[in-house]
Amino acid sequence: MQNPDAIVIGAGIVGASAALSLTNAGMKVLVIDRGAVSSGTTGAGEGNILVSDKDPGPELTLALRSRDLWFEMQEDVGDSFELEAKGGVVVARRDDAPLMKLAIEQSKHGVITQKLDHTSLHEVEPYLHPDLTSGVLYPQDAQCQPMLAAAHIIRIVMQRGGALISQAKVLRVHVADGRVQGVETTRGTFKAPIIVNATGTWAGEIAELAGSHLPIAPRKGFILVTEPTKKYIFHKVYDSDYVANVASSDADLQTSTVVEGTRSGTILIGASRERVGFDGSMNYQILRTLAAQATSLFPVLRDVQLLRAYRGFRPYAPDHLPVIGEDALVKGLWHSAGHEGAGIGLAPGSAALITDAILGRESFMDSTPFSPTRFVKVSV
Amino acid sequence: MSQTDRFTFNGVDIQYEEGQSIAAALINDEKRELRSTRFGGEPRSIFCGIGICFDCIVVINGVGNQRSCLIQAQPGMKVESGQ
Repeated sequence: MQNPDAIVIGAGIVGASAALSLTNAGMKVLVIDRGAVSSGTTGAGEGNILVSDKDPGPELTLALRSRDLWFEMQEDVGDSFELEAKGGVVVARRDDAPLMKLAIEQSKHGVITQKLDHTSLHEVEPYLHPDLTSGVLYPQDAQCQPMLAAAHIIRIVMQRGGALISQAKVLRVHVADGRVQGVETTRGTFKAPIIVNATGTWAGEIAELAGSHLPIAPRKGFILVTEPTKKYIFHKVYDSDYVANVASSDADLQTSTVVEGTRSGTILIGASRERVGFDGSMNYQILRTLAAQATSLFPVLRDVQLLRAYRGFRPYAPDHLPVIGEDALVKGLWHSAGHEGAGIGLAPGSAALITDAILGRESFMDSTPFSPTRFVKVSV
Repeated sequence: MSQTDRFTFNGVDIQYEEGQSIAAALINDEKRELRSTRFGGEPRSIFCGIGICFDCIVVINGVGNQRSCLIQAQPGMKVESGQ
């Protein structure tokens, strides 16, 4: 492609969404990736589009808008990535006071919540363990198939004049007079006045190549996949410990129970979080723990076979907020990364923020809390 | 010659050799369509042959999602197409 207006590095869901948003704003966009489409964290998740696990604050504002943008994006590019407003059910395993308090706070900020007592909980999820007595239904929670989504969105970007170059690892980011000029990759050098770094867990490497800095680290997680079954699970169901684990900064292993059916009939079981760098090894103890927790929520799963397990690395920023905005030191270098386990859900909202900022348009929220400049204040 | 015996596949007698997997016996008998897909109804057969891909799943004595490439045929087994 000759003279793109912008280069998006990273063909995961965050990069794909940014490319679509910039393309729809009239720009000629080149997407590059060191591997294939969805070969990073996008291909290792569950496709969560959640509002239920967010405390009130900027990330919840972004999540709510992003959730709506997912459905707008589906209208724009077509129903091809199993997007489903299935709703989430959070189950209190013990004392339900913290969960109910969170739900009340969330409901003041645009989250639809419905308190479930024993009867209604078992009406919405009839296979839940009978001892579970309360929970909250979040009808806005949704799910998609993220690999399909990224691939389809990039296909649409190409139909609208964009281009994709895969297997192109960035070797250098050219910067002159504090402005980004282009990138040198294993498949050639590409120039553009705007570069969007959507490389997720690896975004710090790109920042470093540009002479800047982003403190994004991997937070590893496993997911189990069962054989296709009849429909036992009707929502995304998780225990209330999950919210605490998502927000924790602990490096040690944390597990909480997340169980959900997919449109194809398999059931996905998570979620573990640990900070072990990019160590991709299998850990059978964690898999056993996840399976045991899932059967404690849904005893019917004891008789369901597992097909496989996979793992990935969530892009984790020290303050648990995504990094969305122009680099603190390099003009024209924009970051949309560090979404941790919420990248699928937050992708279209992040793309809108980036596009609005690049075009100087007003956006749906103030993106200052996500600004990359928050990491360089100390050294300035 | 090996000892041979029989199981049924969708009600049809299939002869096998001792130690043979269900999938191998079915392929040997030119039964290539082991199941059809759940949504598209498209035919599926043995693909990886080593238990990874789950394409060859069948119902064995009433229990679904069994990998026919891994399970040895036994006399009198009732095997049916999976979904």
